Amino acid sequence: MKYKFKPCILISLGLMLLLTGCSAIVLNPKGIIGQKENELIIDAILLMLIVVVPVIFMTFVFAWKYRASNKKAEYAPKWHHSNAIEAFVWGVPIMIILVLGTITWRTTHELDPYKPLNVPGVEPINIQVIALDWKWLFIYPEQNIASVNLVEFPVNVPVHFILTSGDTPMNAFHIPQLGTQIYAMAGMTTHLHLIADEGGDYFGRAVNINGQGFSGMQFVARASSMSDFKKWVEKVKQSSSALSVDTFKQLSKPSEDNPVSTYSSVAEHLFDNLVMSFMMPGMELDGSHAAAVTRTIK
Amino acid sequence: MFDHILGKLDLSAIPFSEPPAMIAGGGMIFGAIAVMLLVTYLGKWKWLWSEWLTSVDHKKIGIMYIIVAIVMLLRGFADAMLMRAQQAVSVGSAHGFLPPSHYDQIFTAHGVIMIFFMAMPFMVGLMNIVVPLQIGARDVAFPFLNSVSFWLFVIGVVLVMLSLIVGEFGRTGWLAYPPLSERQFSPGVGVDYYLWSLQISGIGTLLTGINFFVTILKMRCPGMTLMRMPIFTWTALCTNILIIIAFPILTVTLGMLALDRYLDFHFFSNSFGGNQMLYVNLIWAWGHPEVYILVLPAFGIFSEVVSTYCQKRLFGYATMVYATACITVLSFIVWLHHFFTMGAGANVNAFFGIATMIISVPTGVKIFNWLFTMYRGRVHFSAPMYWTLGFIVTFSIGGMTGVLLAVPGADFLLHNSLFLIAHFHNVIIGGVVFGYIAGFTYWFPKATGFKLNEFLGKSSFWCWLVGFYVAFIPLYILGFMGATRRLSHYDASTGWHPYFVIAGVGALIIAAGIGFMVLQIGVSILKRKQNMDTTGDPWNGRTLEWDTASPPPFYNFAFIPHVHSVEPHWDHKQAQLHAAEHPENIEPKRPYEPIHMPKNTGVGVMIGIFGFFLGFALIWDIWWLVIASGVAIFISVAYRSFDYDIDYYVTVEEIEKIENEISSRVKA
Repeated sequence: MKYKFKPCILISLGLMLLLTGCSAIVLNPKGIIGQKENELIIDAILLMLIVVVPVIFMTFVFAWKYRASNKKAEYAPKWHHSNAIEAFVWGVPIMIILVLGTITWRTTHELDPYKPLNVPGVEPINIQVIALDWKWLFIYPEQNIASVNLVEFPVNVPVHFILTSGDTPMNAFHIPQLGTQIYAMAGMTTHLHLIADEGGDYFGRAVNINGQGFSGMQFVARASSMSDFKKWVEKVKQSSSALSVDTFKQLSKPSEDNPVSTYSSVAEHLFDNLVMSFMMPGMELDGSHAAAVTRTIK
Repeated sequence: MFDHILGKLDLSAIPFSEPPAMIAGGGMIFGAIAVMLLVTYLGKWKWLWSEWLTSVDHKKIGIMYIIVAIVMLLRGFADAMLMRAQQAVSVGSAHGFLPPSHYDQIFTAHGVIMIFFMAMPFMVGLMNIVVPLQIGARDVAFPFLNSVSFWLFVIGVVLVMLSLIVGEFGRTGWLAYPPLSERQFSPGVGVDYYLWSLQISGIGTLLTGINFFVTILKMRCPGMTLMRMPIFTWTALCTNILIIIAFPILTVTLGMLALDRYLDFHFFSNSFGGNQMLYVNLIWAWGHPEVYILVLPAFGIFSEVVSTYCQKRLFGYATMVYATACITVLSFIVWLHHFFTMGAGANVNAFFGIATMIISVPTGVKIFNWLFTMYRGRVHFSAPMYWTLGFIVTFSIGGMTGVLLAVPGADFLLHNSLFLIAHFHNVIIGGVVFGYIAGFTYWFPKATGFKLNEFLGKSSFWCWLVGFYVAFIPLYILGFMGATRRLSHYDASTGWHPYFVIAGVGALIIAAGIGFMVLQIGVSILKRKQNMDTTGDPWNGRTLEWDTASPPPFYNFAFIPHVHSVEPHWDHKQAQLHAAEHPENIEPKRPYEPIHMPKNTGVGVMIGIFGFFLGFALIWDIWWLVIASGVAIFISVAYRSFDYDIDYYVTVEEIEKIENEISSRVKA
């Protein structure tokens, strides 16, 4: 039994550790997207264990039973083909992949980050997200406010994040407990629909390496009741500073471990102008094209 | 003018303020000097030059590849230890001993070294030693090209190692996604070191791919049809097809990035119409096949090992071939699964997700075939068999987490997390590394003439196996906890700390495994007299490489073998056993004939040296040196093309002398 024991203990130890991991954040989702993704992960693992467990079992059994010292075991040195076994070893994985593939097709459409979440009678809230070096700027176009490294939204209301990035490396935006992540890139817009079904502060961060301040580029995603959210909006509106084009340019400069800050109002079309500015050389964030024209003339 | 003579290079390039880099760099220089002094002391320079460095013998080139690969394994692993140590201590108010600027270089170097300068040369080295022997050839199709490939690869190694003490390495991750890798965000020479070391060694890899593709297709001995090739040769063929198709994509992609950095093009920049997503697509169009370039030969090794140590014909040979071919084709249509979260539509994501899963079918079939080779066999628990069993279990788990990541809905959550890191280490350590070490142990006596120490090999295996699980199961859990990859610091409130500490312990256990490996090689060399393989067939093997002496004479086979089945050496042995009953199967003694062999040449080394100066000059903008070394390379190639004295015939007397010596060894 010398060869069998250690791996067995290891595997059970591994599974135990994995089970403790179940109480971990990702497997402790706080929104429907996160929940569905977690269920999907568990379903997929169970489905694949149909093959993986027998494989591991067979490895140990065959290795032990047909060990060279066991002369009682059958020995067929020339046996190398069996249609039945071939059919089985192609057939079973194909069946599993057929099932998993079907699940994949369905869930990929269902969980498409671009797909709006419909909650009857509830208007979704739009939040523009701009990744900067190394902080997250959130703009609320309907409320005309903005905040840095804190995004607050009401519970049970679908949130439509519209993401881009300043003149920074490639970024990715993730709130693990709410589900899907998405890249945020300069000159491009991506979309992400999430919802929280329980109030609380959730941890969010940049998940694609982007330089010096990467580790500290995190934010709080706060899901609060509708009334608390409205109170927060009112409070932000009282903030001392507004997000003008100049303030934004100031904010865009690289900085690390930024504290939370809020802005009472936002320059018009700031998000759209930022996206467009990468496509039209010289375009200013206030929407004027003077520089571009000058450059062309030169 | 004078301050431009060295381009951007000056004393500030040496990172005096970074103790870890200086210590490692100092150790590296000390090691290099020690080796040189040793060679001088032993008076072996001439021998080293004429027998090894200028050799075009595929077996010697293979050995040199593997020596460099093992050295680079130590370097890449040292980087891994630094990362594990940093993450084990850099929590809350503590920030560890590595600032992000240095930590980012370390994980970049770790990835680049382990893939390009450890796994690739290890694979190419094994292929060099084994493939010509398995197909009954006397060398590869283009022996000189083989030498050039090796030296181009060495340039990459030297540049990466040099970046430790002259300048810096990239801080961008091993695939150097722009815009981070553009001059705007990486103004230093780090990314340039990355670009030129990969460009130059990548050309070497492409040449290797062409060389072995032609070798396998054109140089098989009489009777060896495609469907009689050993499985390792089949996987090598498929890997070389992948290299030929995939590596040009890498060259072009890195070339475009170089144009962005050097000439202010805007292929991938934020502004002026650049598109970073284009780079991500291109790099993975190479990067995903690359994974299979590494793992297919490992699959081939396991097939050889299982069949030999189970003393049984491989189950489902044809299936194995078709499964390998399936994987080869499919590996090109799955690259998008590396960026499901870049905003592609659901149809696109679902297509690539399902395509990825389909690869698990032929892979699963392979695993079952190995299992059914053990079934009704006689399993001898030699070290390579340990690695194989460890592989089947570990790789099954890694395959499962891989298919999980291929489900876009799951990937949306787990992408860029430590779950992803745990997955690919699970398949690369459990598949590629275990496979290469199994192959290394299995073919070591063939290449050197003596066996490796069995006990130390098994000790190494247990440390690697246990260490792997202790190091990477915590990373799977951390992934579920939302821990992101490449963090140099995290908050205490995340609760991640204990898992990072356990992972660090696991890395220490793997370190012991590597220690045993190095010890094993050292002890085996010192005590080689006790472990000589005089027969040429120490494991009772089945394929042609065991049909010749260990180590084989430089011409491999005195007579080119004739093959009648998929297991020629096994048949040969059976025929000898039953010689009395079947005298017609014993080949009659024939007179030797002169053998046509290539001559050694120093041109490969020269191209290597000039290529190094070219790369170094490009990195530091030393333009006169770029031109000078470019011209020197051109002259070297031109010189070689007009050199007609490149081959000779080994005389019958010499063959007789060598063959008699071999048969006297067998009798002794």
